[in-house]
Amino acid sequence: MKASAGGYARANDLSHAMELLASSKGMGRVLAGGQSLVAAMNMRLSTDDMLVDISRISELSGVTDDGETLRIGALTKHVEIGANPLIQTYAPLLAEAVSCIAHAAIRNRGTIGGALAHADPAAEFPACMLALGATLHICGPDGERSVEIEDFFQDLFETSLEEDEILTAITIPKAATDEQQVLLEVARRSGDYALVGLCLVVRSTGHRISLLSVGSTPVLARNAMAQLDQGDVDGAVAALRDEIDPTSDTQASASYRRHIAGILLRRAVAQAIGDIA
Amino acid sequence: MTVRFGNPDRPNSYIGKTVPRPNAGRLVEGRGRYVDDISLPRMVHVVFVRSQFAHAKILGIDAEEAKSVKGVLRIFTGTDLAEVCTPWVAVLEHLKGLKSPPEHPMAMDRSCWVGEPVAAVVATSRAAAEDGAVLVEVDYDPLPVVADMMTALDAATPVLHPEMGDNLAFQRLHEQGDVDSVFETAHKVVSANFKTARHTGVTLEPRSILVDWNPSEGQMTAYHATQAPHMMQTVLAEHLDVPESRVRVICGDVGGSYGIKVHVYPDEVATAAIAKIMARPVKFIADRLESFTTDIHARDHEIDAKIAVDAEGKILALDVDDWTAIGAYSVYPRTSAIEGNQVVNLCGGPYDFPNYRAKTTVVFQNKTPTCQYRAVGHPIAVAVTEGLVDMAAAELGMDPVEIRRRNMYADDTYPVTSPANMRFEGLSHHQSMDKLLELMDYDALRADQAEARGRGVHRGIGIASFIELTNPSPFMYGIGGARISAQDGCTVRMDPDGSIVAMSGVTEQGQGTEAMLSQIVAEGVGVLPSNVRVITGDTQVTPYGGGTWASRGAGIGGEAALRSARALRDSILEVAASMLQAVQASLDIRDGHVVDAETGAKRMPLEELGRIVYFRGDTLPKGLPRELVQTRHYITSEYPFAFTNGVQASYLEVDTETGIVTLLKHWCVEDCGRIINPQLVDEQIRGGIVQGLGGALFEEIHYDDDGQLLNGSMADYLVPMASEMPDMVVGHIETPTQESALGAKGAGEAGTAGAPAAVMNAINDALRPLGAQVTEMPFTPERILRALGVIEE
Amino acid sequence: MTRIFDDKVDIDLTVNGEPVEARVPAGQHVIDFLRQDLGLTGAHASCEHGVCGACTVQVDGTSVRGCLMLAAQLDGADVWTIEGLSDSETIRDLQEAFIARNALQCGFCTPGMLVAAEELLALGGVPERAAIREHLSGNYCRCTGYEAIVDAIETVARQRAGKVQA
Repeated sequence: MKASAGGYARANDLSHAMELLASSKGMGRVLAGGQSLVAAMNMRLSTDDMLVDISRISELSGVTDDGETLRIGALTKHVEIGANPLIQTYAPLLAEAVSCIAHAAIRNRGTIGGALAHADPAAEFPACMLALGATLHICGPDGERSVEIEDFFQDLFETSLEEDEILTAITIPKAATDEQQVLLEVARRSGDYALVGLCLVVRSTGHRISLLSVGSTPVLARNAMAQLDQGDVDGAVAALRDEIDPTSDTQASASYRRHIAGILLRRAVAQAIGDIA
Repeated sequence: MTVRFGNPDRPNSYIGKTVPRPNAGRLVEGRGRYVDDISLPRMVHVVFVRSQFAHAKILGIDAEEAKSVKGVLRIFTGTDLAEVCTPWVAVLEHLKGLKSPPEHPMAMDRSCWVGEPVAAVVATSRAAAEDGAVLVEVDYDPLPVVADMMTALDAATPVLHPEMGDNLAFQRLHEQGDVDSVFETAHKVVSANFKTARHTGVTLEPRSILVDWNPSEGQMTAYHATQAPHMMQTVLAEHLDVPESRVRVICGDVGGSYGIKVHVYPDEVATAAIAKIMARPVKFIADRLESFTTDIHARDHEIDAKIAVDAEGKILALDVDDWTAIGAYSVYPRTSAIEGNQVVNLCGGPYDFPNYRAKTTVVFQNKTPTCQYRAVGHPIAVAVTEGLVDMAAAELGMDPVEIRRRNMYADDTYPVTSPANMRFEGLSHHQSMDKLLELMDYDALRADQAEARGRGVHRGIGIASFIELTNPSPFMYGIGGARISAQDGCTVRMDPDGSIVAMSGVTEQGQGTEAMLSQIVAEGVGVLPSNVRVITGDTQVTPYGGGTWASRGAGIGGEAALRSARALRDSILEVAASMLQAVQASLDIRDGHVVDAETGAKRMPLEELGRIVYFRGDTLPKGLPRELVQTRHYITSEYPFAFTNGVQASYLEVDTETGIVTLLKHWCVEDCGRIINPQLVDEQIRGGIVQGLGGALFEEIHYDDDGQLLNGSMADYLVPMASEMPDMVVGHIETPTQESALGAKGAGEAGTAGAPAAVMNAINDALRPLGAQVTEMPFTPERILRALGVIEE
Repeated sequence: MTRIFDDKVDIDLTVNGEPVEARVPAGQHVIDFLRQDLGLTGAHASCEHGVCGACTVQVDGTSVRGCLMLAAQLDGADVWTIEGLSDSETIRDLQEAFIARNALQCGFCTPGMLVAAEELLALGGVPERAAIREHLSGNYCRCTGYEAIVDAIETVARQRAGKVQA
């Protein structure tokens, strides 16, 4: 299990990183925290990559308060997100998610941008960002662009990021004081990928529900959201089970996942109401 | 040669005390020396190209492109290695009818499981060898795959090894009494179908071997992570045509074994064969992905079983039909029929009942071979037995403790022979149960369970009594023709400064063998344990022995150590008596001094005796024996096996909406005979329990219909981690075996034997009011919800 | 013109307080570098996909998986392995507690386990047993069943808390 990398270069800043990517002739691979990429390289699931190590670019790290939104640098580490007071106050869902992600040593190096760009449908941050309605900021050869999170995840491990682009930051709306954010998971062991996970955000403007581990991408459960907006929990559970199309694997069947999604929604609603009360 | 164990204040009373492990200090400082830590001059690395197909003809191997990789030195095929290495056949004569075809270190013209070595790439680094391995092109012609166990013997199923005639590797039927008529007339009959999943050991240190061949001396040296260095010495000598005296197997620190590292692996023998061809050191360290496909698997069993009881809950009969599939070959040299055979031997173990029938059917299939893994057969037999006993109790409306009390062998009834023809020298089922109930406060726990149920929380209590087979005699392997030693030896010597060196044939795998031996030798000679240097795992210096398996280290290796230590004591005292002009029987050795036995007054330090014997032998009488070194070997002869016993309990909670099981607490009371080091025994029990809990809740290798292994990574094959494991209360009853002076029986597998059954019974205790029952391990959230009828599609 | 991407990378770092200069293959992970190039064999490679924790070492003050970080990324880093933590006596109390409680059997997981444990203990206070278990949830031990490890860490936490108060 020894990686076969094509080459390595350390980017000093964002523009250097863009140059490196441009010069990699399509073999470039952005290396941030490396907690998924290096594992894949060791297993030779990814070979001959020209690694562009962006992990030292300090401008891409940190959480800032932009008034209506929070801006999270793509290189902000999981452990930093979990401990950040702005996150704890305005995006408690993300702080909650950190405690579910793998284990301490992984959280010490893994970055939120890496987690989103990797687009693992079983990971917490992609689903959380869907529930929060995040905007992603991307730097490419032609400058910066923004993508709404709903348009970002394309397929299994596939996003709308182009090969020569780098995800630089994420902005999320700050939670209002009466907003409820709940993350619930069923996992067989602490830190495992969840068999199913569900995020519920209750805002004055309506409900947002997203799921992880129920398909090839994180899923926004629009029908269930609509039912919850109507105040119909049973209808939301039924709609949710109807609108997701989970896969079966060695850990659980699609039927199990579909069933649990409904259970988690009920529990999340109960918890949110509890939080309100 | 008796030790007055009954007197805790006896001199040198180290046996029975918690003494720190001499090797723990270096391990916590990262100073251990595992095989992969060793680097030799001119060392090269081998990586195996492994079959991607479960069954395929090998039409050709093209290694040209691989040879061009920088660092790649040579590439070998199966036929290359066959020139220096003979094949093996893993059968045992006393397992009548057991068959298996010859197996080579690498596939010759056909691969039979995904992961079977097909070619070997040798390079200057592991990374370069891997770069080469991906470029080796093997031309496969896929063959039909045998993947399902229960249809393996059907006429429509292809025969995996045509020369064997069918896919049946082994079958055994044992019958005692009149089983059929009892089932026709019994008050209650309960039946169930049980499944245990395919497991693998997942040792944290992967399989590792480094072999050097020095042609000018004709000497082979293998640094090997193994439990049985002498067995490996014999195997390498036999199949690579080297005298045993010229094969040295060195087993330093080993990063976990659990039975995984007691077998002969084709890739490891191939490594030795390559070293012999290339005449330089060759290292093979399995990576984690190949561990999952090539470490032995175990416990792929499906069992139909039934129990007959009378109205008072007395067990009248047990009928067990066990099936297991062992992969493509029986594993050398222990064979892969043992686990099924153990199920026949062990079902019904704790209970006194007259009618017993058990059959095991062992079949071939195109999967990784299975073989002996911690607690071989025990978790299966205990789950079947204890599961049925609980179901019968429920049918009768009887408490699970009560039905066991009515059937367990009385503590004063021994020796007895069980319906499976196992001979029990002395067990303590009732005392153990008493102690368990006291430790767990059974009545309070039942009250807590009832209170929780009132809140809609489903908790369950599960009890599992068990027996554990230990200290095997040659009846386990030797009589079947396998060169696996049931005896073991120990050499103890005194160095000139009075310090003691003990060299033992049993090995240290982390369980504390060296601590245990240091205590025994310290007590046997009369020195401090810290003054005993224990050496294990080097066939060039330790007496020939079986090594560490079947919980034999303390019982066999410990007894050999005690006898050699006492013999050295006698030798020392003979010299001392001469030097001190005293009667030998009036002297003793305590804390490194020759003393007056009566008063304890110091007469001479061992250091002075050593100085005289080694450097001033001229001052001693002519003819006085002066061997301050003694070797003794020990083998059991009264009983084919020792048996230990115990009982476990699990308390857990089932989330009936998600199917998640939360373990709240676990108890085990066991009787391993004489306890040499209480802390080490407790931790063997705890570690064993958790391995059993893994089988109950998490561990399961999945294959698809094409024989592809689906979850071969640590992320997908789940083992117990800290967060999910409970605290465990461990208690003991001590019934020493009378066969040895030491009286130790072994404690390595008791935890694993009983834990899955305790969990199964606890889950079913929780689910019973809901009308659900689970019998297929592991008890995943999904299986629990399906049992509850929550998921149906 | 120099190559933009290197297949061998020069790094300059500190390991166990000692300066190290090295040239490493682009794809080599930290644990192979420490074990094979520096002879620091205390931490182990076991799964090499970030699950087992046997390769856990300290990099710039935090625990990291040695198999999930490239040696090339170590330029300028301050690395501590079990060897350095032992020599400096930083975790002597923890090591002694592991020995006393027999919180290790085969010892293969132990160096990684100790680094993980020390990270938790460095936070101060006496964590709940569940919190200790949770913190160790990424460090695999197949021998002990974990209870002895939890006991040893809890003991050291109490000892250290006692010292702080005194």
